[in-house]
Amino acid sequence: MAITKHRRAAELAKQVFDYAPAPESIDHVKIEPRYNLFIGGKWVTAHSKKRFATINPATEERLSEVVEADEVDVDRAVRAADRAFDSWSRLAPARRARYLFRISRILQERARELAVVETMDGGKPIKESRDVDIPLAAAHFFYYAGWADKLEWAFPNRKPRPLGVAGQVIPWNFPLLMLAWKIAPALAAGNTVVLKPAETTPLSAMLFADICQQAELPPGVVNIVTGAGKTGSLVVQHPGVKKVAFTGSTEVGKLIQRSLAGTGKRLTLELGGKAANIVFEDAPLDAAIEGIVNGIYFNQGHVCCAGSRLLVQESIAEPLLEKLKLRLGTLRLGDPLDKNTDIGAINSKAQLDKITGMVESGVEEGAELFQPECRLPERGFWFPPTLFTNVSQSYRIAREEIFGPVLSVLTFRTPAEAVEKANNTPYGLSAGVWTDKGSRILWMAERMRAGVVWANTFNRFDPTSPFGGYKESGFGREGGLHGLLPYVELN
Amino acid sequence: MDVRKTYKLFVGGEFVRSESGRAYRVDGAVNVPRGSRKDLRDAIKAARGAFPGWAGRTAMNRGQILYRAAEMLDGRRSQFVEVLGGGRAAAREVEQAVDTFVWYAGWTDKLAQVTGNTNPVAGPYFNFTIPEPTGVVGIVSPAESPLAGLVRRVAPALCGGNTVVVLAPEAAPLPALTLAEVLATSDFPAGVINVIAGYHRELLSWLGAHMDVNAVDVCGCTAEEIAAVEKAAAENVKRVIKAPAGEMSPQLIASFMEMKTVWHPIGV
Repeated sequence: MAITKHRRAAELAKQVFDYAPAPESIDHVKIEPRYNLFIGGKWVTAHSKKRFATINPATEERLSEVVEADEVDVDRAVRAADRAFDSWSRLAPARRARYLFRISRILQERARELAVVETMDGGKPIKESRDVDIPLAAAHFFYYAGWADKLEWAFPNRKPRPLGVAGQVIPWNFPLLMLAWKIAPALAAGNTVVLKPAETTPLSAMLFADICQQAELPPGVVNIVTGAGKTGSLVVQHPGVKKVAFTGSTEVGKLIQRSLAGTGKRLTLELGGKAANIVFEDAPLDAAIEGIVNGIYFNQGHVCCAGSRLLVQESIAEPLLEKLKLRLGTLRLGDPLDKNTDIGAINSKAQLDKITGMVESGVEEGAELFQPECRLPERGFWFPPTLFTNVSQSYRIAREEIFGPVLSVLTFRTPAEAVEKANNTPYGLSAGVWTDKGSRILWMAERMRAGVVWANTFNRFDPTSPFGGYKESGFGREGGLHGLLPYVELN
Repeated sequence: MDVRKTYKLFVGGEFVRSESGRAYRVDGAVNVPRGSRKDLRDAIKAARGAFPGWAGRTAMNRGQILYRAAEMLDGRRSQFVEVLGGGRAAAREVEQAVDTFVWYAGWTDKLAQVTGNTNPVAGPYFNFTIPEPTGVVGIVSPAESPLAGLVRRVAPALCGGNTVVVLAPEAAPLPALTLAEVLATSDFPAGVINVIAGYHRELLSWLGAHMDVNAVDVCGCTAEEIAAVEKAAAENVKRVIKAPAGEMSPQLIASFMEMKTVWHPIGV
């Protein structure tokens, strides 16, 4: 019954708001048919003969082809970084700062091009890559540029020194932004870098290599090798790498931590999450609805800190769910390059299969599924915004990270119960609280075992604001003053 | 004729024999309880139980209790000099241990000011970062300077509000076991500090792998032991602390902490 009502409402909404297509132009973007590796400031022919295609997940069209770097390639990259370290770490800090400022400026200048490439390669809506990913990446470089010649003020009474070559492996959900989170603090502190972008989203990193050349960054300070897990493992394991930074799944994070045991390498991990987004009865309901939607459907839910568990106070569960379901019916799913699109393509076939499997498990375990009426394009990888009610804490959909547009709804009666349920997870990356009461925000924030707590907002990021997890969500922080610490030795 | 002391483990605020009934001998005649995997588990359980209460104390209260530990240790100076083998080196080490407790007693209420931040984010949010204790910390204490070396790790871990399970150095467990007597009379709530003695090869991998331990300080481990602990630690993404033995700094305290960032809305 309820569903029919929602369908009708959604139909009505579609009649009232008739969206004309508003595609972003791709004319100004030039994607090479194939890319080599970026080592020592140059594009070099790889030793590895293996290449793989990167496709547009919204169309399954081949965009370009990159190298699957092998041991020899990774070794070359680390050597180049090692050679560059000597002069880069001794360069006047104010000069290092200038290079980073330059990079930040070029990112701003080329923002539109980068946004389009990010959307084509990864499937995220253009309005997100345009308004979130690229501006934040530029801001991150700008922020850390300013630290390069102020490190002694960051760590009073200590002598911060760079570590050497940092090996960095980043995920596919925010390709350029994660690159910025990794490279900017490393370079500011005087380290050099070998970075491996994710296999499904290498293109913005390829453009970034071009930006390094444009900024005349000294050769070898940034090296970019493409590949899949194997290449990442080679980067991490290379004896010349002194510091490893990884963002990705908890499963792979544990493998890396295990594999680095006894090597003396410094390690930071930013891993998975299963964040609780907690809505109290006094919360401004409409704002909370938008926050819930942003929390889990932003970037198709491909967000490690996504608010994938909605904890709603029992007294308002019914009206809230009613409104939420209506809102889901108005989300526009489709061409990621369309400026009106809310939900883009799932990043890969593999991820789509994983999401599908998890949703099936939810249904099997007895949760109640809701999906708004939603036509999925025929080609490409798509998944409709999904919501589960009648979820028990023991269900897989309430315990495991799905990394897709799937929300599990649970209820609570008292603040103490909300805290207990929110913390009942091995993860601890983020949490959300919605309430009108400031003292309750701080009471909740104090009790939640999570690295980031958003109150009356969600999925908000800023270069000055440290980000990272408790428990199995990893260790170390990225962003802010704390984001420098993983890249310095303190004497 | 002397009344000889039976050394015991310190678990949950009580001095207990090893549940295994086993002991091993150091220094000729002295029997030391040889803690088992179950003793270790009991200690971790006690530490977990004590964690919310200790973390919830005011910073000043934790500071006063750490200071009290310095007072109690100072009062038993001659006993510790004897346990450490006597002489000027031993006296200096006791002095260092007292100093270390006092130094960290003064850090409890300054840590958040020195390692926390407010962050000028773009948007109507008051954004701040504060250190919070990570939880239960395992400390493998060093055989070198067995008293001062231990205090240099226990004090910063406790300072931030963590609870602690100490694994005493296998060859020199007496200073750690004797320190437990000081801590037992220093107003630390039961379970905040637990001291286990025994063989590293029987206990270390369990400490590294235990799912209810948040961090391990490997100060007293050999290179091979560090590798083994690090491998086991990956099971629940434990923090492994490898700071130099002599380090005393707010960053060392922070290595036992998690940084929490809160976005608080601004509006009318």
